[in-house]
Amino acid sequence: MSGGDTDGRLVRLFALTGGRTRPSRADFTLITTVTAVDPPPTWATRPQPEHQRILRRCAEPVAVAELAALLDLPVSVVVIMLCDLLESGRITARPPHPVSCKPEDLDLLQKVRDGLGRL
Amino acid sequence: MAGSDVITRAAPDTVKILIAGGFGVGKTTMVGSVSEIAPLRTEEPLTAAGLGVDDLDGIEEKRATTVALDFGRISIGSDLVLYLFGTPGQQRFWFMWNDLALGALGAVVLIDVRRPETSFAAIDFFERRNIPFVVGVNGFYGDHPYPPDEIREALALPDHVQVLLCDARERESSRDVLIALIDQLIATAVHTGGPRPTEK
Repeated sequence: MSGGDTDGRLVRLFALTGGRTRPSRADFTLITTVTAVDPPPTWATRPQPEHQRILRRCAEPVAVAELAALLDLPVSVVVIMLCDLLESGRITARPPHPVSCKPEDLDLLQKVRDGLGRL
Repeated sequence: MAGSDVITRAAPDTVKILIAGGFGVGKTTMVGSVSEIAPLRTEEPLTAAGLGVDDLDGIEEKRATTVALDFGRISIGSDLVLYLFGTPGQQRFWFMWNDLALGALGAVVLIDVRRPETSFAAIDFFERRNIPFVVGVNGFYGDHPYPPDEIREALALPDHVQVLLCDARERESSRDVLIALIDQLIATAVHTGGPRPTEK
């Protein structure tokens, strides 16, 4: 890890996002799971190198926070690039399980409890 | 997914629990003791949006100011993953908490009995937003000088909030705190059956 400094990077963060500081859509939370679409849609243009890095990392489903940690990039930067990839049809995004604390959640909660019990 | 013409490997469902508390109380230690991966860290540079609510006077190198977020993962079978997020401890990073708390199952507030006041703000945060939480009293070196009831009284916690003595370094101990939180959530879901108040 570069310790949070950008000195070790060849490309500055604003260059990765084309100067954008906000995502074009609000689909991505820290635990939204993203997966590369394989094969990519025929109409998709060739991704830039940094987008390619993301696509390689999400060949298997991976959460946004994990992706950012693995790429050593801030979440906000990764999300902007994920928006590009989603809009060009190169990834799919699965939102987190909605949480309501209603009886509908009982199955989910029981499943989490059982899973923790096995630790 | 229905209606989708693209076949991708099935992504798991994801849920999260927050591990909160004052700076240096053992949040990352707890994440690490139960996570199946070594805690990961993402760093977010402080933006102008953050600076508005922050007091950064006296910080010379603003360029290098980042908020670090440590997190871990527990796979619950093949189709469900639980993420644990340690909340940034320093008070000036609290603008991040709202985003983090959104959609969380609940929280564990860790307390260091030698300086419990550092976790007061975390308790306050979850109480005000009606986010379910349990209190884990992290005994450093396994030392627990006060019984749970005394701590509950000192923190003025309502009866439904559980107080557990724990050792964040121990996997079983951290796991039991998480299980207590889930049990509390199950009890709420069974008994009230109603939605909890929406945030904001």
